[in-house]
Amino acid sequence: MSEHLIRLTAAQLGERLASGDVSSVEATRAHLDRIAAVDGAVHAFLHVDGERALDTAADIDRRRAAGEELGPLAGVPIAIKDVLVTEGMPSTAGSRILEGWVPPYDATPVRRVREAGMVVLGKTNMDEFAMGSSTEHSAYGPTYNPWDLERIPGGSGGGSAASVAAFEAPVALGSDTGGSIRQPAHVTGTVGVKPTYGAVSRYGSIALASSLDQVGPVTRTVLDAALLQDVIAGHDPRDSTSIPEAWPSMADAVRRADVAGLRIGVVKELDSDGFQSGVRSRFHEALELLERGGAEIVEVSAPHFEYSIAAYYLILPAEASSNLAKFDSVRFGLRVTPEGGGTVEQVMGATREAGFGPEVKRRIILGTYALSAGYYDAYYGSAQKVRTLVQRDFDAAFAKVDVLATPTAPTTAFKLGEKLDDPLAMYLNDIATIPANLAGVPGISVPAGLAPEDGLPVGIQFLAPAREDARLYNVGGALERLLVEQWGGPLLDRAPDLSSHEMAAAEEGVV
Amino acid sequence: MSEINAEQVAHLANLARIALTEEEIEHLTAELGQIMQAVEKVSEVATPDVPPTSHPIPMQNVFRDDVVGDILTVEQALSGAPESDGSRFVVSAILGEEQ
Repeated sequence: MSEHLIRLTAAQLGERLASGDVSSVEATRAHLDRIAAVDGAVHAFLHVDGERALDTAADIDRRRAAGEELGPLAGVPIAIKDVLVTEGMPSTAGSRILEGWVPPYDATPVRRVREAGMVVLGKTNMDEFAMGSSTEHSAYGPTYNPWDLERIPGGSGGGSAASVAAFEAPVALGSDTGGSIRQPAHVTGTVGVKPTYGAVSRYGSIALASSLDQVGPVTRTVLDAALLQDVIAGHDPRDSTSIPEAWPSMADAVRRADVAGLRIGVVKELDSDGFQSGVRSRFHEALELLERGGAEIVEVSAPHFEYSIAAYYLILPAEASSNLAKFDSVRFGLRVTPEGGGTVEQVMGATREAGFGPEVKRRIILGTYALSAGYYDAYYGSAQKVRTLVQRDFDAAFAKVDVLATPTAPTTAFKLGEKLDDPLAMYLNDIATIPANLAGVPGISVPAGLAPEDGLPVGIQFLAPAREDARLYNVGGALERLLVEQWGGPLLDRAPDLSSHEMAAAEEGVV
Repeated sequence: MSEINAEQVAHLANLARIALTEEEIEHLTAELGQIMQAVEKVSEVATPDVPPTSHPIPMQNVFRDDVVGDILTVEQALSGAPESDGSRFVVSAILGEEQ
């Protein structure tokens, strides 16, 4: 029973809950049991609050029994990336500097999932302050890819992606500044969506780079992502960059998915030798399938995309160095006083030295440099111009096609430690995902299969014009249906069985 | 553009209020040099005729009525502070002895 419940999609579980077939307490307990069994090996979670989750679930069950009208995801468990603050639940953003901090309020997306009756299981691991592509920069140790525990689950939201890939949660929330939702989806065989900038409120999302950050769904199916986006998207007066207009239903877009006549542009600069062969072959097979489904495949050029990483690694550190100034040992988090005491500035210096990890220090110093007098125009100013050029590339492409397609990332999951000492190599992971953040347009990564050479998951990314998120759900939903039909079942059915770890844990008396 | 030296990194660390160790400064000096060399690529296309973009979705100023909203209580606001006196955040001395 419990094994069956964790393998349901959120949509299926929601239906079973609505029919009274299953209770939210049963579904929540099944996921908590799974977490207890496998998270010792996967380490997707930084914090699990089973008691509160079961209380919430029991409350939903009571409300349902009393005849209350509930939404499609009411009673469905969810995991939350630790970048989103949660009232009464520790929120660290993967950093020592926030260890033990319990926020007094909920981030807006968290409030919305709670209002939708969803059951928050706990907080997921991430690279410190979302800086990274592997979760290896978490101050609390890495997350392991459920497909191969020696490999990275992607980052920064590796914990959220691994939690859904390992069936510890049906769905999760993530945040995407340069690919932190989509690249983990790519390497874990899951679905990840970065909505249009401003679609989901950033209120209570611990800011990395405010002009790039966007919160979005992390799921196993396109429909689940759509249902979750329908819950979290919408105007929030607490975020001045929140888009005021109402959104169409993304779930409807998936249910009506049809690619007949859809024009799909392949960005030729991101279909190159720099991508692993299995990543490219699965990408092209997916496009052929869509073509057979009636889509028209067109090659387009985006000549300025190659400048995206350079612009990103100026804009991001500049904004991050400013955003992270709030961690000053005064209002929340760690305080370290130098031996023999010191002024408030010396206390700040000692606190930030002790509380930040190497990647965070690297980017703060880089950002401080890029913003310093005499360099501002040459660095930050030039990067902002590249941003204009990337937007123009998108505008020109979307004048010809409805959506764009690229491989989500250059390679399958690499081994833990492989790129840790080479920041520039690590930054290259985001080559296909960063342009969307610079331009504010939405993107989705959908599983495209396994790379023949290493048997690891590969994703395909679709991008749409700003505010046209529904197009992503249309093409993503259509491709998923075609692929699952071809495969004879979801890709994650082929993921290794983690039950050997379950047995080992049982022998050690953990379960 | 310019080479980065250890003295500059130490100065930046001071501006950013991070008490880096000598070893960290040495390590970062080499890394920042490499990273800056890579990101200087932006200057190839950032010509004077291209306007900068600060924000991905163009928006007008956002206003609201100047009334107190649903805000944190003093107790909530102080709940995560390393030190407080019940109504205010407590910090160590602002000025050093020599100041």
